Amino acid sequence: MKDLLTAVRLTLWCALLLSIVYPLLIWSIAQLSPGQGQGVQEMLGAKVHFTGVGQNFDPKTHFQSRPSAVNYNAAGAGGSNKGPSNPDYLIEVKNRIDTLLKQNPGLQTSGIPADLVTASGAGLDPHISVQAAKIQVRRVAMANQLQEEQVKKLVELQIERPFLGLFGPDRINVLKLNLALDQLRKK
Amino acid sequence: MWQEILGVGLMFALLLLFAIPLGKHIGQVLNFEKNWSDPFLGFIDRLFYRIAGIDEMQQVSWQNNLKAMLTINAGWFVLSMLVLSNMSWLPLNPDGIASMSPDLAFNTSVSFITNTNLQHYSGETGLSYLGQMTLMLWQFISAATGMAICAVVFQGMRERASEKLGNFYVFFVRSITRVLLPLSILAASIYVFQGVPMTFLGKALTENLQGDGIEISRGPVAAFVAIKQLGTNGGGFFGPNSAHPLENPTYLSNMVETISILLIPIAMLFAMGHVLKRRKLAWTFFGVMCLGFLLLLLPAIASELEGNPAIAAMGIQQNQGSMEGKEVRFGAAASAYWAINTTCTSNGSVNAMHDSMTPLTGMSAMLGMMTNCFFGGVGVGFLNFYVFVILAVFISGLMVGRTPEFLGKKIEAREMKIAMIIALLHPLLVMLGTGLATYLYAQNPDACAAWLSNPGSHGFSQMLYEFCSASANNGSGFEGLGDNTLFWNLSTGLIILTARYLPIIGPVAIAGLLAQKQYIPESAGTLRTDTATFGTMVFAVIFIIAALAFFPTLVLGPLTEYFMLY
Repeated sequence: MKDLLTAVRLTLWCALLLSIVYPLLIWSIAQLSPGQGQGVQEMLGAKVHFTGVGQNFDPKTHFQSRPSAVNYNAAGAGGSNKGPSNPDYLIEVKNRIDTLLKQNPGLQTSGIPADLVTASGAGLDPHISVQAAKIQVRRVAMANQLQEEQVKKLVELQIERPFLGLFGPDRINVLKLNLALDQLRKK
Repeated sequence: MWQEILGVGLMFALLLLFAIPLGKHIGQVLNFEKNWSDPFLGFIDRLFYRIAGIDEMQQVSWQNNLKAMLTINAGWFVLSMLVLSNMSWLPLNPDGIASMSPDLAFNTSVSFITNTNLQHYSGETGLSYLGQMTLMLWQFISAATGMAICAVVFQGMRERASEKLGNFYVFFVRSITRVLLPLSILAASIYVFQGVPMTFLGKALTENLQGDGIEISRGPVAAFVAIKQLGTNGGGFFGPNSAHPLENPTYLSNMVETISILLIPIAMLFAMGHVLKRRKLAWTFFGVMCLGFLLLLLPAIASELEGNPAIAAMGIQQNQGSMEGKEVRFGAAASAYWAINTTCTSNGSVNAMHDSMTPLTGMSAMLGMMTNCFFGGVGVGFLNFYVFVILAVFISGLMVGRTPEFLGKKIEAREMKIAMIIALLHPLLVMLGTGLATYLYAQNPDACAAWLSNPGSHGFSQMLYEFCSASANNGSGFEGLGDNTLFWNLSTGLIILTARYLPIIGPVAIAGLLAQKQYIPESAGTLRTDTATFGTMVFAVIFIIAALAFFPTLVLGPLTEYFMLY
């Protein structure tokens, strides 16, 4: 009986410290951070863009993101959860390859990087590999009546280097790249 | 690719760099030695003791410590059920989330108070912020339970004969105030500056470049993620866990989250070395666990970096490795490294979808959960390992024809019976569950069609993985399994309960029984337990009992898939 009373009182104090004081403390610290703890945002004109969360882009005019199992639904994220040997899944990958080949003039199958035909874990990957951006340059340049060289330079400028230049992969944030593309188009 | 491997190396090096001094700190805290944190954290401890009516000086028997632990855990279960089944009308629910069904609330409550964090719901659609903050409380106190009960076992391993093994409540409070809370504040502060949200506002509404509206779920994520990683809990704020770009936005946040997984489990070993003044024993145990960890890690990383042969056959380059279910910002190597970290410990968070990993990685992840003692969960990982040590001492004793002794205490039939039951419980629960699920599926494939997202041997792996995860109190999953059904909620819930409390009660009982025995000083005839020979022996016992018992299931699942794919 004494144990029960101790348990109840101890739990209430844990709840106060860990479920109320601790989150409020972290919330206060977050107010000092970029985005004030509401997700990293970029204001462009009147529009707010969450650069940390991936989204769909019109492949006719913009650089494409990776395939997504949830069609970039940021209110219900998820992966495909298809096993590597699943026959239906492999057909899907084949279709993605065919679509890419059709959309991008002059592209060879051997040039397609794996990330552009596979879905990410959360279905919200904001990044693509450098190779995945490079193979889209010709298509995007033609669609926007820009020089291929100009667009290529744009891609080079958007490469995010590994942590401290040594650890982890190179990558490109697709939203930032497309926003830069829109800027270039307006000029 | 070398940058990815270098990243993994850096994470492992930093882990050891932090874990060893942290072990000393935890050792001092659990042994009531003078500690640097006394002046400014000691008053919080005393506040806790006064308000909860705990006598700091009182030491009690192992039975009373267990009673205290079970009572408080039962209380948490009741409270958790109340919150989760009434979320819809309770406060802090800006997105209008519905309450959980009774079976889902049962599964979720059990899963979080036991440090398992198996999730049959998806965070952004299944929990209000009040629900999340409640589960975060369990993440703290279930980890503190593990540490406190482990401290009780350390007391039982001392060189003296005693009935009293310290006080569960005191160890519990000190684990929170001196270890879990300070580390969580530190980690959460890093996360908010890396872009992890920490807000009580509801979904963000914005537009994409085509002008279509999009909704972005967010919430008080940073505070949650910190303890989720540090306490070997693993339950994500969002459905896809740390693969979600708001839960784990950068390579740096990924490094901190990965290091957090193994930090306390490794530190607990060095804490044991400090409390018992047997540093060499701690290093021997560390060596055994590290060997097991690396043997699972290397094939996983190699297999993920090699990529999916079926996609390579279509002519696609695999120089990034297998990318299905993985995030570009982490890459294949860091995802495979996380997968083994999270399954060797009982963490269960993921930064890539395990369901889509190559067969060898899936198998390594499952083996990590099957052995469940290569570092293992916070506190309880050591308890699992302790059981295997007792078995190894006994078997070695028989081999050389001496009375088996561990740290100066005779191991006799009673302790051995307990150790054997606990060691065999885990394979039993996993096989029973998988067997039952497979039978139900084979009997009525149409009714169970929604269970599996993959056919053939991979589908079998999905069911096997789920029960390994439940019984190892891990919480990760082959998430393609449609598991929010009455069968899965009840079966895994019951297995989680059994597999949490019996493997705590067993080792505490052994330690309590041994503590009462007369201490026999070491002599030339004593079997030394801090040598490489004994380390090899422990490894062999773990391999034979834990790993080989599961071998037939691995043949039906990942191994069959491997031979079909390669």
